[in-house]
Amino acid sequence: MMRDPRKAWLRAASLGIMMFLYLPIAVLVVYSFNAAKLSTAWQGLSLQWYALLARDHALLVALQNSLLIAAVSTAIATLLGVSAAVGIERLPWRRRTWLDGAFLLPLVMPEVMMGVALLLFFVLIKMPLGLLTVTIGHAVFNVPVVTMIVRARLRKLDPHLEEAARDLGATPWQAFRRVTLPLVRPSVIGAALLAFTVSLDDFVVTFFTAGPGATTLPLKVYSMIKTGISPEINALSAMLVVVSMALVGLSLVMQRTNEK
Amino acid sequence: MTGSSGLRTDARRTAWLLAPALAWMGLFFVLPLMVVFLISFATRSAYGGVEWAFTPANYRDLADPLYLRIYLRSCVMALATTGVCLVLGFPLAYHMARAPARWQGIWLVLVLIPFWTNFLVRTYAWMNLLRADGLLNTALIGAGVMRAPVEILYSDLAVLIGLVYGYLPFMVLPLYAAIERLDRSLLEAARDLYAPGWAVFTRVIVPLTKPGIIAGCLLVFIPSLGAYITPDLLGGARSMMIGNFIQHEYLVVRDWPLGSAASFVLMAIVVAGLWGYQRAGGVRA
Repeated sequence: MMRDPRKAWLRAASLGIMMFLYLPIAVLVVYSFNAAKLSTAWQGLSLQWYALLARDHALLVALQNSLLIAAVSTAIATLLGVSAAVGIERLPWRRRTWLDGAFLLPLVMPEVMMGVALLLFFVLIKMPLGLLTVTIGHAVFNVPVVTMIVRARLRKLDPHLEEAARDLGATPWQAFRRVTLPLVRPSVIGAALLAFTVSLDDFVVTFFTAGPGATTLPLKVYSMIKTGISPEINALSAMLVVVSMALVGLSLVMQRTNEK
Repeated sequence: MTGSSGLRTDARRTAWLLAPALAWMGLFFVLPLMVVFLISFATRSAYGGVEWAFTPANYRDLADPLYLRIYLRSCVMALATTGVCLVLGFPLAYHMARAPARWQGIWLVLVLIPFWTNFLVRTYAWMNLLRADGLLNTALIGAGVMRAPVEILYSDLAVLIGLVYGYLPFMVLPLYAAIERLDRSLLEAARDLYAPGWAVFTRVIVPLTKPGIIAGCLLVFIPSLGAYITPDLLGGARSMMIGNFIQHEYLVVRDWPLGSAASFVLMAIVVAGLWGYQRAGGVRA
């Protein structure tokens, strides 16, 4: 067969788009090591901006807040999401459809609207804005994320496995714990990691539901960007890029183990 | 065999599995939305509070040309983003889907990594590139393409670039899934019957990957329409989009009823878009 000339331009286009995707991030990481304070000119390698980050106390507090919120909201979302996924997959087909819609809506809802709705609600029930309200907000948008991922895995399972366990005298809880759960565990861990990442990265919902005392890492990054461009943000961004990559990598590895 | 009582306990067990999540989402998702809906018919009190009333005045106010322009600009921006993502995403997705199996996995990870990188950081990366003294201008002047720097940052073009950059993976992933499933022999058949390359694309590839195209377009259009960070950081004073308008009404002007009405109109456009695409997809498929 002849080599398709179309393939050459498809490959060129794909490589071009990859450049478009990676160049901005690469530039950011490279410039986080630039000694220059204001200009884009390269003035030598330096770790001073990373040193500046390490001394920034407010940043450390923001990081702590972010990790706490991500951990608690992920725990809530995983518990609720996994149990809902198992429940939905047991329902007869016809009754699933409206639940499908109900779990899809938070995923397609504009984030600003979700933030606004939560803000109004918390103000109306006189709940003080702070770490707790942000955590609740994150657990709301993460429940459907977990449910979606775990359901996809549950659907591929052989239903006879759990039935066999039940026939052999296992209680429903035993059948779930000893048969179903080990089979879906990698997807549960993958979903939890994803929820954790989404929570760690969220800006919009956090922006609306955080009070003055509950600064998270993205809120801090935002205020740093808004107050002026300093190479300190480059260093912080570069670190966030590395953390995101590690989390995604871990999540993918988990889902891959799941396939085997 | 399970008796009818066994079926009933099974149903009850399923209900208990679903109850916590449904209660949680009902309390913190459905209820707040209902509150927003109610407040969109209320009026604003003198000190930025809410006075209960039942009036469509807020929705009437939104018909003001000043506000309409924000909605129109957002729709145009979201459509442009969707179009550019489709044009860029299709060749990439096609190339990915036709690559050897081992390479497909690598391409997928490469598309996913920027997607999971913090959105603020990705937007900030473009601020660095697009500034008047940024790398893009420096490079273009250095290469002798331009004499004086052009400020791209704080313009509609910058917002468009930021949105395309942010949401391109949303387009690529469903397109890839659709093209990967495409039966190669159909393309060969079309070529054997002397269909020119363009006809193979429009009459075979596009109709067969339509579900993926529709899904990708929706996944890009919806978040672009409600975008907040991108126009806020990359846009100029006149680049306000619906998301910024809602935030402005809530947190700056403190006109909650108008902000609520504005967010419900945004949701109506999103739902209409979903419905329209579903119908468009349903007619041909």
